[in-house]
Amino acid sequence: MTHSATYKTSLAFLASAILLLFFADLGVSTLHPWAELGRMALGAITPNFLSIDILLHALAMTVGFAFGGVALGAGVGFCLAMVFHLRIVRVGCAFVRAIHELFWALIFLQVLGLNPLTGLMAIAVPYAGTFAKVYAEILEEADHSPMRALPAGTPLLSAFFFARLPQSWSHLRAYTGYRLECGLRSSAVLGFVGLPTLGYHLESYFQVGDYSQVAALLFLFYVLIATLRVWMRPRLMPLYAIASAVLLYGPINTSWANVTRFFTREVVPAPLRGAPLGDAATWHALGHWAGDLATRQALPGAINTVVLTQIALVATGVLTLLWFPLISRHFLGRPGRLAGHVLLVVSRSTPEYILAYVFLQLWGPSMLPAIVALALHNGAIIGHLIGRYSNGIDLRPDAPRGLNRYGYEVLPRVYPQFLAFLFYRWEVIMRETGILGILGVRTLGFYVDSAIAEIRIDRMMYLILLTALLNIGIDAFSRNLRARLRLTTTAKVE
Amino acid sequence: MALFELTRASIGYNGTPVLHEITLQIEAGERVAFVGPSGAGKSTLLSTLFAQQRERAALVPQEYALVKNLSVFHNVYMGRLHRHSSAYNLLNLMHPLAREIEAVRPVVSKLGLEELLGKPVGELSGGQQQRTAVGRALFQGGEVLLGDEPVSSVDPLQSRRVLEAINAAFPTVVLAMHDVGLALDFTDRLIGLKGGRVEFDRPTQGLRAADLDAFYHPA
Repeated sequence: MTHSATYKTSLAFLASAILLLFFADLGVSTLHPWAELGRMALGAITPNFLSIDILLHALAMTVGFAFGGVALGAGVGFCLAMVFHLRIVRVGCAFVRAIHELFWALIFLQVLGLNPLTGLMAIAVPYAGTFAKVYAEILEEADHSPMRALPAGTPLLSAFFFARLPQSWSHLRAYTGYRLECGLRSSAVLGFVGLPTLGYHLESYFQVGDYSQVAALLFLFYVLIATLRVWMRPRLMPLYAIASAVLLYGPINTSWANVTRFFTREVVPAPLRGAPLGDAATWHALGHWAGDLATRQALPGAINTVVLTQIALVATGVLTLLWFPLISRHFLGRPGRLAGHVLLVVSRSTPEYILAYVFLQLWGPSMLPAIVALALHNGAIIGHLIGRYSNGIDLRPDAPRGLNRYGYEVLPRVYPQFLAFLFYRWEVIMRETGILGILGVRTLGFYVDSAIAEIRIDRMMYLILLTALLNIGIDAFSRNLRARLRLTTTAKVE
Repeated sequence: MALFELTRASIGYNGTPVLHEITLQIEAGERVAFVGPSGAGKSTLLSTLFAQQRERAALVPQEYALVKNLSVFHNVYMGRLHRHSSAYNLLNLMHPLAREIEAVRPVVSKLGLEELLGKPVGELSGGQQQRTAVGRALFQGGEVLLGDEPVSSVDPLQSRRVLEAINAAFPTVVLAMHDVGLALDFTDRLIGLKGGRVEFDRPTQGLRAADLDAFYHPA
């Protein structure tokens, strides 16, 4: 008997992840991880809302940066979607979205300094790339026949607004809303590089071990995301736009000299700066610089990034298959599903970066906290989608129960969707893996962070460029694999 | 100079020929119906003619080509998008202008759609949607109407009202029809298509539906 291609692919991924586990650093280096966990758990059940004004301000700043960045990204992305058929636009968008918003923040910090513009741009630039692609796809999916029936000589703009936009409007709005939720998570994480959002306060509370404050801040964040639909009304958009502008308004202490210096000096490989280009010694030094960068940072960083990505991808898959029944009507009653929903909402609302940060406090810097964080967050996202998908399936009344139902009735039906979502997520997981290095796991982000600490901006830029190329590569590979296995999904999960 | 002219035209999609060596002329002022079994090439012939007179013709496509989440008013108004600036059109999209509503009203009342003016087209029945598509062409106006089964989903009584409205509004009318009775009543020239070829081309005067039995049901 032969097995299907999806089955063989799944086994190959599982086997490769198990093999890679032998090469991965999974050690626990902290002395009393369980005692620390106990203190965190205690903090979680005794949230401290006494300094509510600080908490609310952190939350407001998080919303402000998210709203401003996403709005800017959506506006630019929409314009780019109009010209997305141009190759240069497609390639440019693929490139900017392959660089994680935290890396963008690090770049803009160097160019613009620590000011509101840096936070806005860090979100807006990669989001514009994603918006352009997805908006273009949504507009392309619309029925083209009304366009063809228009009278000759209809102005292009009128044709677009009457015959194309209304059809796509609800999809565009839903997707933009979904991205706003992503933007809130991105904005929260920007605090870890110094912007005054949630992550900034989270890190300082963690450093002094004030877990009750951490809990209070995270609870408020969950409430904010869970109630997104209530407060994010189209009518209130202008209000939020003004509020964000007022909130974020501050001196933009960018000096042109800095910007120029960044592009003309700092990104230039160190041996070439002001050196005589005709001199053989210059080129010898450059060769040494490049070799050193490649063998000591780029290569080990890239290998660790790929190893961690593959393990985290498979761990995400395994967790998804365990989790989706928790919200599926084929396995649990209403109370059980409600509990499942709470678990999944909390897991997917917490950014990977914050989860990884928490586990890192517990276990110390190794791949273990990163794998657990990535699997929890991404497993909850895909588990939610697959659980919902399974609820749309009708089983015959005499279908088997329990494990038999799972193995024979439900899993075979959801498996292609599951694999499609997982492979969609592949590139996202790799992008996140890169930045988790900033926390001390030795992926590319680790070397980016060290380069900044040593004020070697040239190295930082080339390492970030490498993460972008890796992400574009994995994206192409995933697309190819999905096409070969004929996996498609209707939902958009970027 | 004929309005439409084809000389030994063969047309196909992706290398499969649909129409074979069609030769025909249609003069301004004629009312013509293409009849024949489905797959005979009526729709292809009609879109070929539409491409010839893109500037002068209004089209009622077989699949209506409506924007489902816009209202009947907006869908009908789309027939005149080319007469206004984009700024004016946008304003009217966001807030229907009184003068445009008044301009659209006589067209929709002729088609029995007046009550539905503000309804999204997606919420209408198939027949109501088809009448909206006719409304858009009527509102556009012009010298020629090309209609691909423009009353196929409309009930018999309404069908006659719709075809009367079309004939009153356009000097030249070319329709693809499967209902031979209606074709005989509302056009003056019948072109029979079968297998992508013209089988007959004759005036409707003096013709009865029974005369075409041999065409539809060959012995």
